[in-house]
Amino acid sequence: MRSRDEGTKGRRDVAVKDLGTKERRDEGNPSRQSAIDAQSAIDNRQSTIQAVWAALATVTDPEIPVLNIVEMGIVAGVRDSAEGVAIDLTPTFVGCPALEVIRDQVHGAVAAALGRKVTVRFVFDPPWTSDRITDEGRQKLLAFGLAPPRQGSDLVSAGLPSDGDDAAGSVAAGLPRPEATLERVPCPHCGSTDTVLDSPFGPTLCRSIHYCHSCRQSFEHFKPL
Amino acid sequence: MKTFDTLADLDALSRQAVIDLLYRLADDELVIGHRNSEWTGHGPILEEDIAFSSMAQDEIGHAQVYYQMLHQLREADPDSLAFGRKARQFRCASLVCLPKGDWAFSVMRQFLYDSAESVRLAALAESTFKPLAQLARKLRGEEKYHLMHGRGWILRLGDATAESHERMQKALDELYPHALGLFEPTEADEPLAQSGIAPREKEMRTQWESAVAPALTAAGLSVPENTPPIYGGRVGRHPAALAELLEQMQLVYNIDPKAKW
Repeated sequence: MRSRDEGTKGRRDVAVKDLGTKERRDEGNPSRQSAIDAQSAIDNRQSTIQAVWAALATVTDPEIPVLNIVEMGIVAGVRDSAEGVAIDLTPTFVGCPALEVIRDQVHGAVAAALGRKVTVRFVFDPPWTSDRITDEGRQKLLAFGLAPPRQGSDLVSAGLPSDGDDAAGSVAAGLPRPEATLERVPCPHCGSTDTVLDSPFGPTLCRSIHYCHSCRQSFEHFKPL
Repeated sequence: MKTFDTLADLDALSRQAVIDLLYRLADDELVIGHRNSEWTGHGPILEEDIAFSSMAQDEIGHAQVYYQMLHQLREADPDSLAFGRKARQFRCASLVCLPKGDWAFSVMRQFLYDSAESVRLAALAESTFKPLAQLARKLRGEEKYHLMHGRGWILRLGDATAESHERMQKALDELYPHALGLFEPTEADEPLAQSGIAPREKEMRTQWESAVAPALTAAGLSVPENTPPIYGGRVGRHPAALAELLEQMQLVYNIDPKAKW
């Protein structure tokens, strides 16, 4: 069943579109001064939104401090209204212990930058997936020594097609089978794919542990989600 | 079919049925999460210590979100629900209440539980109750790694040595009727099915049985047949192990419910 979450990726666009509607409405106003006022209100609002995004980019994930939360893709939307600025965050892992820290830091950073009322809430629509990590974010993960998650896989079921040696035979029965997404992950140190999964669980909920046969190093990988 | 986009859109009958469903989901997650945490510092190898601790953290996080949703439906706050209720007020299945046993027992339980949860979350992802559908989609992504972990160990241990096989088979025989109890129908079954919020428990049980059988058979284990399910958890009748678990888990809260740490 499709739901309305499909169209909400990045409320940033929504906010800009809202302004567009206002702008069009104001075009019909014959008063030149009023048109100027309206334009300046739009400019103000756009600069507010930009300032919010700039403040959000100063907040890092406490567990992966090289990435800011915008690069991590957890900002689901920013809205500016007379009541204040509302920010939606879509959590990476529901049980992530860093969530409350991130919420407080977002609140602090945006309130300090704008001096206005800020509300921060967590949403599951759109759901966070590792495909939301930006390209720049992926480069930073790699430089940090953490293999970036594979992209574009079926991230919910990760049900890659059976390759014939599916001993458990449960693909046909509909159970998800993420094993293939954790095999032969490129090593962040030497780039080799001669690697094996050591454990699907690591030092934080979002990481798995692997071993590279080529450079003989253990490494961690941001699990595709 | 009519959809319920927000919690406020639920009519009285659906609302009561959703509350019943959420208690079952949340209590299962909290209690198995606590059981998993009992392996922290005691896992047979370091990786498994980490795996069970991570799964515990996930499950307890999921319980918290379900409790939060209950709170939005005007039930008590999440901390009171987790720490302030007696055993008979919990709605978890007996499967999650049982003591952790040996590691074969815990791994087998985790596999049976995660495969059932996988079937359930796939169904809930299509729920007409949108907030739950969104959450289910999110949780499926996380839970897939639990299932992968359990399945890997079932395959490895099921036919590794005579001892590992025997322990896994023994665990399966003991746990299977409790796992069937995850699908104990409640009074909410019909209203949930009729409003498209969740399928009937019976349907999910059938799906689950056909999903786990191939995995267990591939591991060289025999799936118990004609086993009557162990019911009671969904109406608050639990093995004594739950009260013992809660006594430990709620100890600090009971000394001082307002304590912060």
